[in-house]
Amino acid sequence: MSGSQALIESFLIEGVDTLFGYPGGAIIPVYDALYDYRDRIRHILVRHEQGAVHAAQGYARVSGRVGVCLVTSGPGATNTVTGLADALMDSTPLVLVTGQVGSSLLGTDAFQETNFVGITQAVTKWNCQVKRTEEIPAAIAKAFYIARSGRPGPVVVDITKDAQCGMAPFHYKKVTAIRSYIPVPDPDMACIEEAARLIDRAQHPLVMVGQGVVLGNAEAELKDFLEKSGMPVASTLLGLSAVPTDAPQYVGMLGMHGNYGPNIKNRECDLIVAVGMRFDDRVTGDPAHFAENARVIHLEIDPAEIGKIIPADVPVAGDVRETLPLITSRIERRSHNAWIAEFRECDRVEYDAVIRRAIHPESGHIRMGETVDAVARAYGNDAVLVTDVGQQQMFAARYFGFRRTRSIVTSGGLGTMGFGLPAAIGAKLGAPERDVVLFVGDGGLQMTIQELATIYQSQVPVKIILLNNSFLGMVRQWQELFYHSRYSFTRMVNPDFGLIARANGIGYRCVERREELADAVAEMKETPGAFLLEVRVENEENVFPMVPAGAPASDIRFE
Amino acid sequence: MEQEYIITVFSENKVGLLSQITTVFTCRSVNIESLTTSESAIHGIHKFTIVVKTTPERVEQLVRQIEKRVDVLRTFVYTADQVVQQEIALYKVNRSRNVERLVRDHNVRILEIDPDYIVVEKTGHKAETQALFELLQPYGVQQFVRSGTVAVSKSERELLNEYLEEFERRCQREKDKNNTDLKIS
Repeated sequence: MSGSQALIESFLIEGVDTLFGYPGGAIIPVYDALYDYRDRIRHILVRHEQGAVHAAQGYARVSGRVGVCLVTSGPGATNTVTGLADALMDSTPLVLVTGQVGSSLLGTDAFQETNFVGITQAVTKWNCQVKRTEEIPAAIAKAFYIARSGRPGPVVVDITKDAQCGMAPFHYKKVTAIRSYIPVPDPDMACIEEAARLIDRAQHPLVMVGQGVVLGNAEAELKDFLEKSGMPVASTLLGLSAVPTDAPQYVGMLGMHGNYGPNIKNRECDLIVAVGMRFDDRVTGDPAHFAENARVIHLEIDPAEIGKIIPADVPVAGDVRETLPLITSRIERRSHNAWIAEFRECDRVEYDAVIRRAIHPESGHIRMGETVDAVARAYGNDAVLVTDVGQQQMFAARYFGFRRTRSIVTSGGLGTMGFGLPAAIGAKLGAPERDVVLFVGDGGLQMTIQELATIYQSQVPVKIILLNNSFLGMVRQWQELFYHSRYSFTRMVNPDFGLIARANGIGYRCVERREELADAVAEMKETPGAFLLEVRVENEENVFPMVPAGAPASDIRFE
Repeated sequence: MEQEYIITVFSENKVGLLSQITTVFTCRSVNIESLTTSESAIHGIHKFTIVVKTTPERVEQLVRQIEKRVDVLRTFVYTADQVVQQEIALYKVNRSRNVERLVRDHNVRILEIDPDYIVVEKTGHKAETQALFELLQPYGVQQFVRSGTVAVSKSERELLNEYLEEFERRCQREKDKNNTDLKIS
């Protein structure tokens, strides 16, 4: 069979049912083969290759499966780099297959040739180039194994056009081990014992949960650990929804715009149990003053993350799905009700200082927070939340609320504006039974707005809430707070989004008045198919609380 | 405090791996003092010897980031006293009586003698090859080149072999586990 057929047969063996892609000269042979597989593989034709990668990310994040993309060489390939970088930072399993010029032309500056393996070295977990037809199945098997095992990440397989066209017998063997690669380190039992000992002694402990719990499918193991240890638990942005928002021990989100309690109280903690998270600087603020009085137990699958930012007193390398139960079985059943009550007191302080006026403002323009709250309530806090990057992302993360896991898709580490719209498409295709709502700003929407046509062509029923403040809001907020309100090039003069929605066959409504908001959200929810709800919000609203960049997390401020 | 470390990296022989490894240093602004690479004692496995001056905390981070690369088997870090190390230097020098005396005194190997110049080789630590260079310089060194450090550890056990044996055991364990799973189901 041809290399192109072998590629698609390999996809089928790996369980691929959806491809996100865009054809071009160096990948035509694969697209030609794909024509005969239309009944078995769905191909979503995006409008820009960046959209293909973000859509595959959305698909992977909600489904737990590997997202797969197919693009051509040269510009097709380079357009994916932002998505790859995003997926590497946020540990999203992806396989990207790129076409490449014929092997005899490699290195000659041929038409649409780029050294894509060289370019993507820094933004992939692994990559390789295939120049021989018979090597395609083995390369794909290795790619899927690496993408999904251990700490997941994006993998690129660059296939020359002659390898796609050549003929070879098809043999597929799934990869289960690679000698140079330890996906899951073995836990050190002495560290497990020591962790249990510290947990039993702690008076003011705090569990910090990251996306590792979701990626490791360890939600139940975490729940058991929390129930037995009785500890309060906070979440990183990407860890949201691993613990339900209304869980009795849940005390909120960490980070620059996280909740007051977990930020202000970290200096009172005597123990931090970090589970599948990496102490991003948006979480720690100044690391020298982060949880400075606490011992740190760090459960993490990637040894390079342990001790990278915050020194770990007890490093617990391994898969949290294995290590959490090992600790749970060794600790005493306890409760920390008085300590958790202190967080509840912080919640009240935060509510009075920030939340009430964010979600129940009495006058003025519509606020972002109240819009998020209205949408969340309309969906019973049970939709999949997709966000873009910026103020709407933080408002959405703060006020949406979650009942079950894998309910947030957002660009955390890289902070990629333009991520939201294509990611929402992928999320809906990856979880068709769930409602998918996207919050996006006027800046971010216009970065990948062409994907509205993908929604139209593939009829993907995502609900888009455009929080339009005619500013690049987050940068404007920083300009206001730290640059003397010099709004240097953050004012947006926007096109008519209603015309754009209608041009793409998407339902649309615009609201400016608070009294119409609930009705507009209901209309969006009840309209079959995709919908763009434009909410004209207060132009100069700020997200609070806020930890100024580089300051200790406990310097969190309300205004 | 900064000190010299010798990092040895064992990797698969894959195109582009050198660049993957050097990137770990460059993106953290750590200067590589020297780097050599060649096939190791085990067929198909390459060995890099990298010398850096950095702090103990930093070197540990570097090692973890290198090991994170999928095609890297193992990375070991040593201080100078934990390895036997050598460098080789070649000197092309104008001929003169003084040069010939220096050459004899410093126990170097003569590679070529020409009416106009002499090419000699010295192996040793960097300080030694550097010292000879400085002695020869007044008499006219036409060309000078020094290799990077090569080193073998003083450890009795070959740590890479231990790793490869552990990998075999790991694969066997997985296989046994899967077989048990099959029997149960």
